[in-house]
Amino acid sequence: MAQATLATEGESPGAPAPPSGAERGHAPLSLLRLLIQRREMTVIVVTVLVIIYFSYRNSNFYSVANIITLVQYFAPIAVIGAGETLVIVLAEIDLSAGAVYLTAPWFVYLLWSGGLPLGWAIAVALACCVVIGFLNGMIAVGLGVSSLIVTLATNYALFGLVLVVSNATQVDMPGVTGHFGIVFGIGDWSTILWALGIVAVAWALLKRTRFGVHITATGGNLLGAAESGIPVRRVKVWCFMLIAFASAFAGILDAIRIESINPGNSGLDIVLPGIVAAVIGGTVLTGGRGTIVGTLIGALFLGVLEDGFNMIGVSANWFYLAEGVSILVAMAVNTELGKLAARTKR
Amino acid sequence: MTITSENVEGGPPSPEGGGTGDVILRTEGITKRFGAVVALRGVDMYLNRGEVLGLVGDNGTGKSTFVKILCGFHRPDSGRIFLEGEEVHFRSVTDARAHGIETVYQDLALVPQLTVYQNLFLNRELTFFGKVGWVSNRRMRKLAEEYLDDIKVDVPDIDADVEMLSGGQRQAIAVARATRLNAKILLLDEPLAAMGAKESALIIDLVKELRNRGVSMIVIDHNYTHLFELCDRVNVIQQGTIAYDQLVRETSVEALTELMVSEYRRQVMAGQAELAR
Repeated sequence: MAQATLATEGESPGAPAPPSGAERGHAPLSLLRLLIQRREMTVIVVTVLVIIYFSYRNSNFYSVANIITLVQYFAPIAVIGAGETLVIVLAEIDLSAGAVYLTAPWFVYLLWSGGLPLGWAIAVALACCVVIGFLNGMIAVGLGVSSLIVTLATNYALFGLVLVVSNATQVDMPGVTGHFGIVFGIGDWSTILWALGIVAVAWALLKRTRFGVHITATGGNLLGAAESGIPVRRVKVWCFMLIAFASAFAGILDAIRIESINPGNSGLDIVLPGIVAAVIGGTVLTGGRGTIVGTLIGALFLGVLEDGFNMIGVSANWFYLAEGVSILVAMAVNTELGKLAARTKR
Repeated sequence: MTITSENVEGGPPSPEGGGTGDVILRTEGITKRFGAVVALRGVDMYLNRGEVLGLVGDNGTGKSTFVKILCGFHRPDSGRIFLEGEEVHFRSVTDARAHGIETVYQDLALVPQLTVYQNLFLNRELTFFGKVGWVSNRRMRKLAEEYLDDIKVDVPDIDADVEMLSGGQRQAIAVARATRLNAKILLLDEPLAAMGAKESALIIDLVKELRNRGVSMIVIDHNYTHLFELCDRVNVIQQGTIAYDQLVRETSVEALTELMVSEYRRQVMAGQAELAR
């Protein structure tokens, strides 16, 4: 048996004082330390502050009607944000998720008007979008092109594709009637329940499965992960397929909810809030670190902001300015709280 | 208390520590090029069972490339690998590992953002259901703790992210990972690089312990004193091929140094001749 012992304390200069035996395994965490150390906690604090502000400004903020409005802003951001979290933890990014979200209902519409039953039309549309994600991943990984560029190209290509096939004309979305419509988008709580389900799956995938550990490893140390035998390229391509599937599904639900599809929307307007939600929630753009719970709260923050500004009657002209400043302030508060967490951890 | 293989066939290493004379791993004419750069131009090497082979050579002579071919990370352009007499074609690191070949890479291949126990089980995660299953963190944590206690590697917290550890602790985790499962052959690429004396001692003792248990090893190191302490035999790689093969007890630090220096002089002169033309 090896006799030498790797002393941990006192060996490296500037090492912290040796912890007492009781602290070695699980240090007793005070509530405050828990609050600061959990990555998600800072964004929760910021979001609660914003909710308190809006409810103070308008007492209807807590009304059921408003909450239904709020969750409809929040649901697609949460779904796309959860997908982006997986991709960003890989140290990649997907700018085409918003375009996929907008394109999927067009696939459904075209297939359905071409005579396919609605269920099949949706299934085939989802499959087409997964293929788009597959191509994103294969081009980025195979050619070694930055996924930022590949997916931006996909974003524009899909936008153009929709304009061509739609002839730039708005159409009515099929599937808006009966129980089907209520389950898939029309019901007040439909989109949020689906979103929470997808977010829960993403959380389990990242935190509790082997695949999730491999995502973190690939993003945290690409060469090291490959040297350990993790099929890093396959992991990346899978994640691009997963985000495409989730975005397409969210897009179809929202199209059914709104009952129409408009070819003029920009995918970037949809995908960027998802990325912001992930980053506000504590996911690091350089990869290796991310939390789905944080993204969920980040999406809630953006949803509250959008809904709150509407409620207190900020004029449309001021809306984006106010949103931009709020995101900056939230990020600044979050970063400072994060630094505090790093200090208490050592 | 298992670091190593109890099911290694063959007797204990001979008293001189020269292995059993039974070849466990052999290569024939391994070549590898990266674009215009020829890394290996025909490596013929053998490793006896229970032997520790030192691999030396200047930077850029292809040592690490050779090790990465043996562990399945790179595929050779040509040449053959024989493991226990049978020709093998490693399709991946996982494939080589299934054949009992474990590696400690020069860069350690640890993930800073994962915990100590997650790194120990990286790509060998214990799961509840099947291959892409639910990870069993509690079981991995417990086994990792027991194993590190066993080999007397002391880390502050098994739940700490590896980025919080010192360089020596990281090195120890990387070696521990490669030795946890009973490897037949262990490849160590500069296991003592950038380590303090105290930390080196842990790794040296680990390697000696593994040698006593009959694990066959290939060690890359620039420090001849370490090599002479650890190895039974030493190979020098020069210009992508093995230029020198000698039992450690039949050579000396001086002889090896002389060999390296004369090769350097030869290169300088060749360079001058090239320039003169």
